[in-house]
Amino acid sequence: MKASAFAYARATSVKNAVELLAAHGDGAKILSGGQSLMPAMNLRLISPELIVDIGELAELRGIVVQGDILTIGALTRHVDLLKSPEIAIHAPLLADAIAHVAHPAIRNRGTIGGSLAHADPASELPACMLALEATIVARGPQGERRIAARDFFTGIYETALSSQELLVAVELPTAPHESTHYFHEFARRHGDYAIVGLAAQAVIRDGRFADLRLGFFAVGDRPLLTAAAHKLINVAISPTALSAALSALDGELDPQGDQQATPAMRRHLARVLLARCVSTLLSRPELCVGGLV
Amino acid sequence: MTAPISISLEVNGERVDTYVLPRTNLADFVREHLKLTGTHVGCEHGVCGACTVRVNGDIVRACLMLAVQANNASVETIEGLSDSGEIADLQAAFRDRNALQCGFCTPGMLMAAQDLLKQSAEPDREKIREHLSGNYCRCTGYQAIVDAVASTARARVGRAS
Repeated sequence: MKASAFAYARATSVKNAVELLAAHGDGAKILSGGQSLMPAMNLRLISPELIVDIGELAELRGIVVQGDILTIGALTRHVDLLKSPEIAIHAPLLADAIAHVAHPAIRNRGTIGGSLAHADPASELPACMLALEATIVARGPQGERRIAARDFFTGIYETALSSQELLVAVELPTAPHESTHYFHEFARRHGDYAIVGLAAQAVIRDGRFADLRLGFFAVGDRPLLTAAAHKLINVAISPTALSAALSALDGELDPQGDQQATPAMRRHLARVLLARCVSTLLSRPELCVGGLV
Repeated sequence: MTAPISISLEVNGERVDTYVLPRTNLADFVREHLKLTGTHVGCEHGVCGACTVRVNGDIVRACLMLAVQANNASVETIEGLSDSGEIADLQAAFRDRNALQCGFCTPGMLMAAQDLLKQSAEPDREKIREHLSGNYCRCTGYQAIVDAVASTARARVGRAS
């Protein structure tokens, strides 16, 4: 279908965009790369009265490393993240994940800010933000505020942003040298939304997890930073310990059923991912065999 | 403010100055306003890839971009790539290998395939499949399309050396 009629304003600055949002409230929608917003509008899932196009705000695009903080501007495109040496060094999890975000033609337009503000529970980047302990930077009429990723995603397509706020950047702590990561998702076609996925960041010392952050996606109404990871930190990982973590994970999941998978299939696949993640990160293939998965 | 908005852009090397409604997407703009109907409209929500065009050198979904967003941009459609001869060998390979049947997906396929060949001189079949994963074909089963892209890559590498 085609999008319904709307008014269009090209923002000339961040301040101007925030003013337009303040003036039009809920009727206005920010257009960044448009790769989530345009499908929703074409499908008439949403019909904004005003589109505020921030596409020309060059100040919102770019990747900067300062000290141990990696700042990514909201308008930074997926393709920029994929090709960025800074991302490859300081947030390799993100580099891995981006390769799974849609297809080249979409990665050329889609932006990190747009993806996070859209907050599709089946998309990769929100889960990465949880695993990477990101901070979301938003600007509104009252100025700037910083929101921890764990507080940012509040439901299906819902975030802690108010209708007057603009997501301007994401801040990530740079990955420490000893950290490692795991990313995998199940999808019917490469680049499609995941049936279930996992973005994990870990620190391993002497064969144990000194830290483990597991960000699941497509397992509920928002990305899930699972508390089951605590059952695996600073303990010897035996099949019993892994089994306990898998049971704990199951209790946290609230998967939806759709044309791709039943809730039971998603639960199963989430367990498979957790077992594979632990087994891969610890280089212990024996953890992935037997009755567990 | 839902009134037409003035835009200036370049399409296949030609300057276009016109007015469009904000709701008009780039695919409909090139088809309906410019009568460049080689860009096809399939799903209209970014899944099928039939509307793939180049904007400032990068392939994009024309159904997921507003025409007003193409202001000041350089747009290339399948007509541009075809008329310039840029993809003549790729088109011939598609024909020779039966890489199309109904032809609906072909303009988008050619756009995506040429994009890959510009970035990667000799991609393996897996890489070709990955790059074309955003373009649906309901006739061929993809095998012949991958064949055509792979043989074009080999021929181009041969010519360059």
